[in-house]
Amino acid sequence: MLLKLTCLIPLYPLIGSIINGFFGLKIGKKAVGFIACGSMILSFLTSVLVYVGYLMLPEGQHVYEQVAWTWFGAGDFIVDFGFQIDPLTLVMMFVVTGVGSIIHVYAVGYMQEEFSYYRFFAYFNLFASAMLLLVMGNNFLLMFIGWEGVGCCSYFLIGYYFEKKSACDAGTKAFVVNRVGDFAFLLAVMYIFNVFGTIDFTDVMHAAPEKLIYGGEIVTIITMLLFVGATGKSAQIPLYTWLPDAMEGPTPVSALIHAATMVTAGVYMVVRCSVLFNLSPMTMTVVAFIGGGPAVMAATIGMTQFDIKRVLAYSTVSQIGYMFLACGVGAYTAAIFHLVTHAFFKACLFLGSGSVIHGIHGEQDMRKMGGLKKHMPVTYWTFVVSTLAIAGIFPLSGFFSKDEVLYHSLMDGNIIFWGMGVSAALLTAFYMFRLVFMTFHGESRVDPSVHPHESPKVMTMPLVILAGLATVGGLLGIPFHHWWHMHILHSWLEPVLHFDLASALQHSEHMLHQAGQHAPSWTHLLEPTEHQWWTELLLMCFSLAVAVVGIFGAYMFYIKRPDLPDKFTEGQWGLDMVQNKYYVDELYDDAFVQPTIEGSKLLWKECDAKAIDGTVNGTAKIIGWCSRQAQTLQSGFVRNYALFIVVGFISLLLVMF
Amino acid sequence: MLEETVPLSHYLMLSATLFVIGVAGVLIRRNVIVVFMSIEIMLNAVNISLISFDHYMNLSNGQIFSFMVMCVAAAEVSVGLAIIIAMHRNKPTVNLDDFNLLKW
Repeated sequence: MLLKLTCLIPLYPLIGSIINGFFGLKIGKKAVGFIACGSMILSFLTSVLVYVGYLMLPEGQHVYEQVAWTWFGAGDFIVDFGFQIDPLTLVMMFVVTGVGSIIHVYAVGYMQEEFSYYRFFAYFNLFASAMLLLVMGNNFLLMFIGWEGVGCCSYFLIGYYFEKKSACDAGTKAFVVNRVGDFAFLLAVMYIFNVFGTIDFTDVMHAAPEKLIYGGEIVTIITMLLFVGATGKSAQIPLYTWLPDAMEGPTPVSALIHAATMVTAGVYMVVRCSVLFNLSPMTMTVVAFIGGGPAVMAATIGMTQFDIKRVLAYSTVSQIGYMFLACGVGAYTAAIFHLVTHAFFKACLFLGSGSVIHGIHGEQDMRKMGGLKKHMPVTYWTFVVSTLAIAGIFPLSGFFSKDEVLYHSLMDGNIIFWGMGVSAALLTAFYMFRLVFMTFHGESRVDPSVHPHESPKVMTMPLVILAGLATVGGLLGIPFHHWWHMHILHSWLEPVLHFDLASALQHSEHMLHQAGQHAPSWTHLLEPTEHQWWTELLLMCFSLAVAVVGIFGAYMFYIKRPDLPDKFTEGQWGLDMVQNKYYVDELYDDAFVQPTIEGSKLLWKECDAKAIDGTVNGTAKIIGWCSRQAQTLQSGFVRNYALFIVVGFISLLLVMF
Repeated sequence: MLEETVPLSHYLMLSATLFVIGVAGVLIRRNVIVVFMSIEIMLNAVNISLISFDHYMNLSNGQIFSFMVMCVAAAEVSVGLAIIIAMHRNKPTVNLDDFNLLKW
């Protein structure tokens, strides 16, 4: 049976990582690259086989669980080391192994010159393994292992150039900020165990509507904690500051970890726990606001940055904000859809920027680029395709996914959410084309001593594949449902996202009655929302128009009248603030980092150096003093000793008689 | 007869007196040889009590034991004198207070 192969999927990259990590220096660069890519591709092929096996499952069975062994058991608390295959996991598995394989191949070319090539690929493979564990685990704790694993590998890879202080700092920042979220996630898992007595996904999701009161405190706390965990990993307000700094790592790392996979872990987790989130309308609103806020905010920051990778990093924050916005209005399908298409085009954009950086020998400042179109045509065209996709131009993938998010944010949410989404879309189109124009068009501002060149085939081929995927990825979710009741991704994910609000409300009412409380009226929640095909079409046209306006704006500012941006921003008080990223880093620095450092210093100097060291040294000193007093007894005079013996003997006699 | 005229207590008093003299000699005198002799006096004081107990109780254990003590004393004398000679070679004195190196 093909599904039996499930456990091999995360195992292949792990084996690859172990081989590369321990023997990488001996077996040479070629072998390292071969093992790294080979393990990922094997993992991808196994995913395909598992997919086929999943399709052959009997009708009505949507989840396949494979328990490798019982991880540990303590009384009633039993945790299995098991994998779960369901539609959501399959989607994530394909994204991770598919995009992951492509980026691995690219990295072989990009990292060619590096000395510690093997170290890079060992971490890279380890990351893939941890990410697969995250999406495939069948319980919260196993997910947490993957969750921590990707955070750890992210730290290793951001700090890959550890000779550079900024890279080390960025790595530490990412790790510490992530830890904040991880802690909240862990608390949520503990609370879930407290409430449900189990941490298995299927059991928890099954029991949730019967055990939790709709909009009750417990479910709100759990989902809030889960969401804080998600904001850490997915770089959302308030924990997004690590992502732009994470661009210190090599570009393939930015592409794989900080665009395509790891940062989507939070979205995956929210969708995985969709039943819990559905039960808490308050959390949902928070999720939508937290999602919509960064979508706009990060986009404005992205407009003012000059580092090519930082622009893309802020764009990632913004796009993941979209996904959370979709989650927040209950459109989980749209979130996953955008996650998938985003993985394609953002990976392509990052790899394209890597190709540019590679071609002009490590320059990342867009002010020192320009006119690169003729030097690197493949990079240019793939980059443009992905940029059009992220800007939301018909018929590329980003158009459909973004439109679905916007549509649901208006229909299931309200006009504010939609407004945030649309303004983010406008800004996205603007700053992405600003990036394209500044990098590839106009006059060359490249350092004359540098001769730009196109990247080797091993790097351009992945770009072409990803650009292709970014083009056709939208097919997954073309909203045919208005006409033929068909939406590929939606019907595929239906078993995971299925949620019966009516029966959940009934249970809640029953529980409230038992507790002697009155249930509020929930009837308005059950009224079906009207979905009309012309609204969606209208919204599509509108967002397309918005994207075109954004692109046109960028064209005016950076091609037609390159003097305009300076004139426009001159003397604007807001610009300074945006360029400095709203001073959030400084704020966090003042509010959290410095107090922590000061507090630690205080603890070090007062508590550690004085209290603890004082106690330890004081004890030693007292004992030393006593010894010095006692040492006078040992005078070296034999007759003294004899006297002691006699005195002792006599006193013994006196005591005894 | 001896046992009627001199009671046991006299022997024990003699023994105790000798022992105390020995102890006082060890504690007070500084000359190594004299200290050494004082130790011998203590041993012999013990011998006296052993033999007198033995006699008054009609046993022979005490006599055997006193022989044992003499043997040990003889061995001790040979070792002790050898040590004293070695010390004297190192430091030309027999004053015990000059040998106080073995301390903290």
